[in-house]
Amino acid sequence: MSAVSHRPPPRRQQRDVLPWLVAPALLIFVGFAVIPLFGVFALSFTTWDGIGAIHPSGLTSWRAVLTHPGLPHALWVTFLVMAVSWAFQTPASILIGVFLAGDQRYRAVLGVVYFVPLMLSSAAIAIAYKALLNPNFGLGAGLGIDLLSQDWLGRPGLAFGVVVFVVSWQFVPFHSLIYQGGVQQIPKSLYEAAQLDGAGRVRQFFSITLPQLKYTIITSSTLMVVGSLTFFDLIFILTEGGPGDATRVLALDMYKRGFQASLMGPASVIAVILVLVGLALALLLRRLGGRDAGASQLEGV
Amino acid sequence: MALSRRTLLGLAAGVPASAALAACGSSGPGSGKGATYWYLNGQPQEGVRAGAVDAFNKAHSKTQIKDTTYQNDAYKTKIKTAIGAGKAPTIIWGWGGGTLRTYVAAGQVEDLTSWFDSHSDIKKRLFPSSFGAATVDGKIYAMPCETVQPIILYYNRRVFERIGAEPPKSWDDIMALVPRFNAKGIAPFSLGGQSRWTNMMWLEFLFDRIGGAQLFQSIAEGEKNAWSQPDAIDALTKVQDLAKAHGFVKGFSSITADSNADQALLYTDRAAMMLHGAWSYGIQKNDGKKFVSSGALGYMTFPPVEGGKGDPSDTVGNPAQYLSISSKASAEQKKVARDFFATGVLQDEEVKKWIDNGSVPIRLGTEKLLAASDSADFLKFTYDIASKAKVFGQSWDQALSPTAAETLLDNIVKLFQLSISPKQFADNLNAVTGK
Repeated sequence: MSAVSHRPPPRRQQRDVLPWLVAPALLIFVGFAVIPLFGVFALSFTTWDGIGAIHPSGLTSWRAVLTHPGLPHALWVTFLVMAVSWAFQTPASILIGVFLAGDQRYRAVLGVVYFVPLMLSSAAIAIAYKALLNPNFGLGAGLGIDLLSQDWLGRPGLAFGVVVFVVSWQFVPFHSLIYQGGVQQIPKSLYEAAQLDGAGRVRQFFSITLPQLKYTIITSSTLMVVGSLTFFDLIFILTEGGPGDATRVLALDMYKRGFQASLMGPASVIAVILVLVGLALALLLRRLGGRDAGASQLEGV
Repeated sequence: MALSRRTLLGLAAGVPASAALAACGSSGPGSGKGATYWYLNGQPQEGVRAGAVDAFNKAHSKTQIKDTTYQNDAYKTKIKTAIGAGKAPTIIWGWGGGTLRTYVAAGQVEDLTSWFDSHSDIKKRLFPSSFGAATVDGKIYAMPCETVQPIILYYNRRVFERIGAEPPKSWDDIMALVPRFNAKGIAPFSLGGQSRWTNMMWLEFLFDRIGGAQLFQSIAEGEKNAWSQPDAIDALTKVQDLAKAHGFVKGFSSITADSNADQALLYTDRAAMMLHGAWSYGIQKNDGKKFVSSGALGYMTFPPVEGGKGDPSDTVGNPAQYLSISSKASAEQKKVARDFFATGVLQDEEVKKWIDNGSVPIRLGTEKLLAASDSADFLKFTYDIASKAKVFGQSWDQALSPTAAETLLDNIVKLFQLSISPKQFADNLNAVTGK
């Protein structure tokens, strides 16, 4: 900005043009996010079977959802998937990220290999895992290993574990990449100073790497947590929310109510709840990051 | 759906929404002379359906039908969404019953009553029983098509010989066979439980055999607390007894029927019996190598339950499949669809193909063709069941409204997993079907 401050005319021209540059993005955002959001909000006060006429019905849908035992359960499962997959993915991603940040050539090769799961679509991953985990025709039965031929997707606890594992398998590479980048940003001089003071590798990790990764952790966690609200395709194909409703997360609950049970009103209520939960989580994580989240971490180094 | 997903992603990191946008768009009624037609994929049925369309298109060079296929469960969602959005295909493939009723209530499908009156020859050549699920409040809204599909109890003769047992003649026989098969490491019953409607077939038969046809009738009519009748509770308890005795294959709750993994269990000798639709015969013939041709596949109707009120000749399943015409289609498209109904559906070539696949088409007067087929025994068996049943009950998930059906299917899965009791099941269902 300061570079142009001594030439007023171009600056004015820029000020006139700049708002127009965001217009296309704004238009798309309003058309595809803001307007439908209000649409869903409006739909949540109606009764609609998805086919016939839409009848305004006040708070009926809200009451139906809020008094149904399905909602607390779906919220709980959603929270659990979020928390457990975060707790599983974060340490794994940090460790892999730190490892990959080294400069040996084989690490670059490994980095590419680790990245493969992220390039597969969730649907393909779910179908592949479903076939592998089939107790009768899957990996366990094929190799004759009894331990592997459990009823992985048919028992509530196991199915939940499988969902968390597959989700992590898919997204750990992405977060490892973020952490790898974060580690490479840490100035070498910090480690050189620590070595002079006699700090070992573990001490260096906990005293330099982890604190320096603070903002990377917050970014990655935000993506994980808010992203986990939208888990749908993978769980839908793997378990359809089952067995029973053991893995029926909010997004799946919304789909099942809306498109399978033809209850568009209650489904819209859940959509609104999803948006609110997502907003609240994103704001909370920003708070945790502190006001200086955007500031440089390298000041004073 | 796409909305909230996009919104949340945007919140998270400003990720572009292109992926969600790519998911939009569908083939709708469109313009021009061509009619559109959506139906289910999966062989061997898909080939017969496509063949009928091809033959029609060849005979009518100016008016074409464009067909699109979908997987079973995906189709149920897709067609509902498309109709709701006014983007239905000209010809809507379906199961009739409760879903057709919702289309009719929303004014989305054409009333075909007068067309059938003026084309009585078309009506007369089809099974009379197939029109029940096409009729709403005395008017016909769909053309019955394809095949009659009662639910049949299949069994594997090879494994019955291996343990020296006879096919069950009663419910007690079934319960007695369960430990014998389990002892040999063979699952007594194959079941694709994740698909949910597969489990439902068990309840349909137990309700009928124990309480008679009027038991479910009272439920369908919305009688108060109908699910809690003693006979209903008895049937629900019996199915849980079977599950507790490990009557169903290990991991049944994670097996889907769409992938035909449940059929594979039967023809690979891992399961002894399977309750499934008549369409399963064609699949086993197609996929099971020599299983069917060697005579290893046995079939029977569901046995009676001791002391039950039901008539053992009663059956359940699909009386036919159904084709409706979208009321949103253009006049030209509607005409193409009616021409297809008159000259394209269940023509001789199609009838022959259905029979070759081991199905009984709903066209009358095919006895000779059935007898000449290499599946003659099975076809005669199916034809007899369908024509002699005093009551041919329509599958529950098709007979009930979509909302009630969804609650039913959800609760059935929990019942089979023993996570709710028969009483809880009845209470949950009374809440949605009772008036």
